[in-house]
Amino acid sequence: MSDQKILAIVTLQKETVAGGSPIFVVDSREELERQSFTLEKILDAMVHEVAPTTFILVRHSD
Amino acid sequence: MNLDHLMVAVIISGLAGVCTRIYLLQTDYRQYPTYPHGYIIHLALGIIAAGLGSVAIPALIKKDFTAFTFLALAAQQFRDVRNMERTMLSKIDQMELVPRGVSYIEGIAMVFEGRNYLTIASALLTSFTVIMWNATVGVIVGVVCVICSRFFMSGKMLNSIVDIREAKLRLDGASLYVEDIYLMNVGLSSDKKAIMENGIGMILTPKDASSRITLSNVGQRQAILHDVSTVLGVYRDTGEPALTPLGKLDLKDGRLGLLLLPQDRNVQTSIDIIGKVPVLESAMKKPLQANASRGGTS
Repeated sequence: MSDQKILAIVTLQKETVAGGSPIFVVDSREELERQSFTLEKILDAMVHEVAPTTFILVRHSD
Repeated sequence: MNLDHLMVAVIISGLAGVCTRIYLLQTDYRQYPTYPHGYIIHLALGIIAAGLGSVAIPALIKKDFTAFTFLALAAQQFRDVRNMERTMLSKIDQMELVPRGVSYIEGIAMVFEGRNYLTIASALLTSFTVIMWNATVGVIVGVVCVICSRFFMSGKMLNSIVDIREAKLRLDGASLYVEDIYLMNVGLSSDKKAIMENGIGMILTPKDASSRITLSNVGQRQAILHDVSTVLGVYRDTGEPALTPLGKLDLKDGRLGLLLLPQDRNVQTSIDIIGKVPVLESAMKKPLQANASRGGTS
């Protein structure tokens, strides 16, 4: 449970996010979904919606 | 008392012990132990245990105290059974899509150790009866022992402490709920679709305060999820972290909300399986009998 980690951030609004994780900036809602989907499969990390414009990819250790 | 009589005692009680072990050794819906090798390991240990139990009293009668000491020493080996089971199941668990969880593994390991002692006890009791009375009484006692062993080893099941019913899964934006219990945040619309199409929502309502504590145990929840996915399969793969069966508590009243993702979407069978999940010994608490307010004596 302690091993949860944000592996990537995908966002439509670059100015709303910052920090140590890789940030992917996209320009449409479709692109947001598509890129998050790809990253989910690559990173084996779950996509969570923090805000309608920002998704984060979190690895939950189980 | 001649040697032949003792031999008869050893043989009958040995058989009673082996029968006890075989009777307790069955692959049930949880698919453990597996056939054939898992069986053979436990059968072999069972025969050793039965042998130990059956020769104990004859050894004492023959005043062979050294042999009796060795028996005690050999009995120690059965403690390793628990270790063996624990190690193997923990390793296998890493490769499961829905793991058993540590608590369930400990429970299973404990049961396997316990069954060997039960085998020894049943052989011991039978040999005692044969020596004290005769072979016929011994056989009767042996059969009774075998039947009783099942009674001793059958723990409680979940349907005796909770009410299980299907409940509707719903999405509120990215939040997934089973009725009013929050489960998790799902971002991708493809994941949302897969969960809504394949998921089954369940709500388990505890029957009293003790069962509420049992239900809140994380290991117990994992055991439920594992058992359901063993029987009905799981709609999940590696690289699909969103498709995870899980359970969350309603902290206000202790109800447990479950998201199940079976391959075979059969609600009634799921309810039956959950009802037959064993109540883990490590999760079983009895606060109602603890009498903490009166100094902790029950």
